[in-house]
Amino acid sequence: MAATTHDVHDGHGEHHHGPAKGLGRWLFTTNHKDIGTLYLLFSLLMFLIGGSMALIIRAELFQPGLQLVDPHFFNQMTTMHALIMVFGAVMPAFVGLANWMLPMMIGAPDMALPRMNNWSFWILPFAFTMLLSTLFMPGGGPASGWTLYPPLVLQTGDAFPFVILAIHLMGISSIMGAINVIATIFNMRAPGMTLMRMPLFVWTWLITAFLLIAVMPVFAGAVTMLLTDKYFATSFFNPAGGGDPVLFQHIFWFFGHPEVYIMILPAFGVVSQIIPTFARKPLFGYHSMVYATAAIAFLSFIVWGHHMFTVGMPLTAELFFMYATMLIAVPTGVKVFNWVATMWRGAMTFETPMLFSIAFVILFTIGGFSGLMLAIAPADFQYHDTYFVVAHFHYVLVPGAVFSIMAAVYYWLPKWTGHMYNERLSRIHFWLSVIGVNILFFPQHFLGLAGMPRRVPDYALQFTEWNMVSSIGAFIYGISQLLFVYIVIQTIRAGDKATDQVWEGARGLEWTVPSPAPYHTFDTPPKISATNAHG
Amino acid sequence: MSANNGYYVPHQSIWPIVGSIGLFITMVGLANMLTGAWNATVLLIGAAILLFMLFGWFGAVIKESESGLYSQQVDRSFRWGMGWFIFSEIMFFAAFFGALFYARQFALPWMAGDAGRLATHEFLWPAFEYVWPSSGPGELGGEFQPMGWWALPTINTLILITSSITLTFSHEAMRHNQRQKHINWLALTIVLGLIFLGLQMYEYVYAYTELNLRLETGIYGSTFYMLTGFHGLHVAIGAIILAVILGRSLRGHFTAERHFGFEAAVWYWHFVDVVWLFLFICIYVL
Ligand SMILES: [Cu+2]
Repeated sequence: MAATTHDVHDGHGEHHHGPAKGLGRWLFTTNHKDIGTLYLLFSLLMFLIGGSMALIIRAELFQPGLQLVDPHFFNQMTTMHALIMVFGAVMPAFVGLANWMLPMMIGAPDMALPRMNNWSFWILPFAFTMLLSTLFMPGGGPASGWTLYPPLVLQTGDAFPFVILAIHLMGISSIMGAINVIATIFNMRAPGMTLMRMPLFVWTWLITAFLLIAVMPVFAGAVTMLLTDKYFATSFFNPAGGGDPVLFQHIFWFFGHPEVYIMILPAFGVVSQIIPTFARKPLFGYHSMVYATAAIAFLSFIVWGHHMFTVGMPLTAELFFMYATMLIAVPTGVKVFNWVATMWRGAMTFETPMLFSIAFVILFTIGGFSGLMLAIAPADFQYHDTYFVVAHFHYVLVPGAVFSIMAAVYYWLPKWTGHMYNERLSRIHFWLSVIGVNILFFPQHFLGLAGMPRRVPDYALQFTEWNMVSSIGAFIYGISQLLFVYIVIQTIRAGDKATDQVWEGARGLEWTVPSPAPYHTFDTPPKISATNAHG
Repeated sequence: MSANNGYYVPHQSIWPIVGSIGLFITMVGLANMLTGAWNATVLLIGAAILLFMLFGWFGAVIKESESGLYSQQVDRSFRWGMGWFIFSEIMFFAAFFGALFYARQFALPWMAGDAGRLATHEFLWPAFEYVWPSSGPGELGGEFQPMGWWALPTINTLILITSSITLTFSHEAMRHNQRQKHINWLALTIVLGLIFLGLQMYEYVYAYTELNLRLETGIYGSTFYMLTGFHGLHVAIGAIILAVILGRSLRGHFTAERHFGFEAAVWYWHFVDVVWLFLFICIYVL
């Protein structure tokens, strides 16, 4: 390992620029670490904005009746909350992690296409300015739900083309980001970093990038058809002209289902890095993890109909989508088994990244099981569009994707800043989050099974108690995230000096460079052996 | 970092942020045009900024390339990038082909009572019978005649196929260091592309004036114009790319061994060509 560290210091010679000064550093940067930081900060901002919208929703739902907001605004909140969390918070957070970590994990000097990397990021602030501005337009922002189903979405006011074009911008950004990830992983690995030696976070991102490039353009096509249907009198979704609104649902969910894996596969990767570190054992079943990820990605293309069981598809389609969806449980089960087996008889310690990862394994699995329930077509006739669905996808996205992002930030923050975070405060953050999130989402299962529909600002009296509980959980969870912001700022500014390896059980190239990681790492490729490649 | 030694990582670049501003202004301008609030001025300003960005960005890349900063590894990054970009374009077209397929195989037959969908037929569209091309049970856009496949579309198909062949000759000439031959074949390819675009425009005028086949002619008009329209746009982009490459070749850029800028354009042109073949079969013939 000495050789690697040595190379890093060598690469810091006079032909190298450090970071530029002032705002220009961030606007014009081509450095993967700078861009990673930008992505992560942007994602945090969006997380707080989207979270505030969720709190407006939960505040309104605290009691039956209309208290705080009018129904149209409520619908705008559910729509914007989803669009912001999906495209503004979760996806950019993972791209930020990819930017920071992929080059360091595979021993590359930077991302393959550094200028395009900057562009991928800097499109986002403009896209979300455009999206958020729609809230102030005549007729308000989009209120159709993030799925944008026609004909409802075509009733959006002046906001409509802004929403569609903002989505186009996000799509351009994601596609360029994904192309960069693929080019980096295929072309920038240090000699000896064979595909089957890559850390799992790299593997999951490779497959995620493929999914992104395959489905974001399809989404772009779908929203383009919406735009031309509204403004140029095309008939894609208009039965009078021979089109069909159901067609939109097919195209949307052909994108939408892989999209949920875009948000969870990198999470799998993060957890597969963290658990071995704190269990002090290599990841159990590395190969099966890779194959399971690929299998999940493949299956994600042929299950979209499970979002449409009640729309009136032919029986054969219902059956096909039902069985195909259930098949996903197999590779997912392999993963959960592997994580548990990695911990089995490990010398475990429970620092905050590990706590979030263990919570991820348990709570994501709950979300997976409710997903299996929803996959049963005849049962879905009952659950469809109820709070049970809301509970399901929030379990996979919040204690799933978001917890993994939190885990990743705590895990790598010492490497990024050179400081250890405050372990005591971060554990408080963890326990408040994990308790809050369960109070928030678990009762929604009961509400859904009892028949409460989603996307409603008012509800029947019998749903009151669990809604109150859920709203209390929402505020516990939401407010405790401010603690996270505080901890991160505190760690950036000060804190105990982190060692290069940071964690006793950490393996992999990123732990061989100094903390904080120098502006340029691995200008000269490191030597890779079977032992230093991954954890 | 010297040539062919280490991976070239550009330091600071203004072009991405210029591109973002250009894109933003373009999109805001377009959205305000669609709502009827603004005329095209802002859109055009945005497009001008984007064009400025493209000149600046590609100019920088070409300069770096010509000064030998790019190693084989950088070259490979561009290859991966271009390949996956084309894949994303294929998926964009796939959405529209999917719409065409769905309308013809499911939506229209079901409205006509096929596959046991009798209720839809009886209660909503009792008089509707499935024929293709169709403007739907509402016969939106009025009576029309479909676009045939013989004559113009077939000629266009032959033109595009020929252009792919001439481009391959141009590529071969490049590989054998026969610059003049390369330039001639490349110029011929661009001319063929432009003829294709001209004929396509003529076809549109003919469809609107003689056939009453319009964008609003139900699902047939929608799929016909959106697919051929986006394809035409890609031919135009491809022709512009080839023209830029021609300009570079005239200035002596590229060598027999190193010419990925040209190859990327070749890939793109072949992609546009293959999309057309699918289009010709699915839209015109079938
Ligand atoms: Cu799904």
